[in-house]
Amino acid sequence: MQLTINGNLRNFDLASFNVAHLIMILALEGKRLAIECNGEIVPRSQFLEKQLKDGDKLEIVSAVGGG
Amino acid sequence: MADSLKIADKTYQSRLLVGTGKYKDFAQTRAAIDASGAEIITVAIRRTNIGQTVGEPSLLDFLPPEEFTYLPNTAGCYSADDAVRTLRLARELLDGHKLVKLEVLGDPNTLYPNMIETISAAKTLVKDGFDVMVYCSDDPIIAKKLEEIGCCAVMPLASLIGSGMGILNPWNLQIIIANANVPVLVDAGVGTASDAAIAMELGCQGVLMNTAIAAARDPILMASAMKKAVEAGREAYLAGRMPKKLYSASPSSPTSGLII
Repeated sequence: MQLTINGNLRNFDLASFNVAHLIMILALEGKRLAIECNGEIVPRSQFLEKQLKDGDKLEIVSAVGGG
Repeated sequence: MADSLKIADKTYQSRLLVGTGKYKDFAQTRAAIDASGAEIITVAIRRTNIGQTVGEPSLLDFLPPEEFTYLPNTAGCYSADDAVRTLRLARELLDGHKLVKLEVLGDPNTLYPNMIETISAAKTLVKDGFDVMVYCSDDPIIAKKLEEIGCCAVMPLASLIGSGMGILNPWNLQIIIANANVPVLVDAGVGTASDAAIAMELGCQGVLMNTAIAAARDPILMASAMKKAVEAGREAYLAGRMPKKLYSASPSSPTSGLII
């Protein structure tokens, strides 16, 4: 399965997995972030339910220093 | 009665709002913010670095959201859609947090705000339940319009973002302040402590700055200077300055009892 994450294409060996799995695979567990899938926000409460599919475009964002 | 800043039904003791960008490291960011006494701090929303950052500290480790009021911004957005999208992500990121700083830029060289896009985004965000503090040009008509849309604070520039040029149009700021029913804060352009004091003396409810502190030779000392400047300017405003008298000098010492 191929996903676009923060503008970069990434291949995954798994056929299907959810957003919570993706966070584990990317070693982002415990970090405060927000996720958008195909332009729609995925609320944290739905990380387990939200199944990802081939071609999905994800944005994963966090807070950084800014003025 | 304590003189506090009220924004969207929450009160703050500090009238200095600071950004968290451009510092050497997170420790310096934290030290400068502590010295500034700021309670509201701005943050940007950006793509998370994936892969090479496991275990790397984050801004939130140094500035816990429980200790400060976060003000996520839309810096770098050039359209209403991008700004709204960014702040919806910020709201999700910060557990439903509603207070945001809207800025929609119009030009990469000047970072001057695009007020047409800003107004459009402000309407959407207010309807969507956000408390919108809005960065804007120092046009009194635009500032009033943003208030009418429902923005909880209007934040005209003193001069261009990051320029340190100080307050270029105190007259417009005064008109904006005189007509406003929501807090007016100067956002952008402050270069040194006197600029912040002047903004407060004009009647601004607060000042928001980043580069003036972060780009000082000693950011922590400058943060402390800014804290005092904002407090001094506020007190001077409340005290009511003496009138300016160009051609009628008045001695402070008695005119009678002279030995000559």
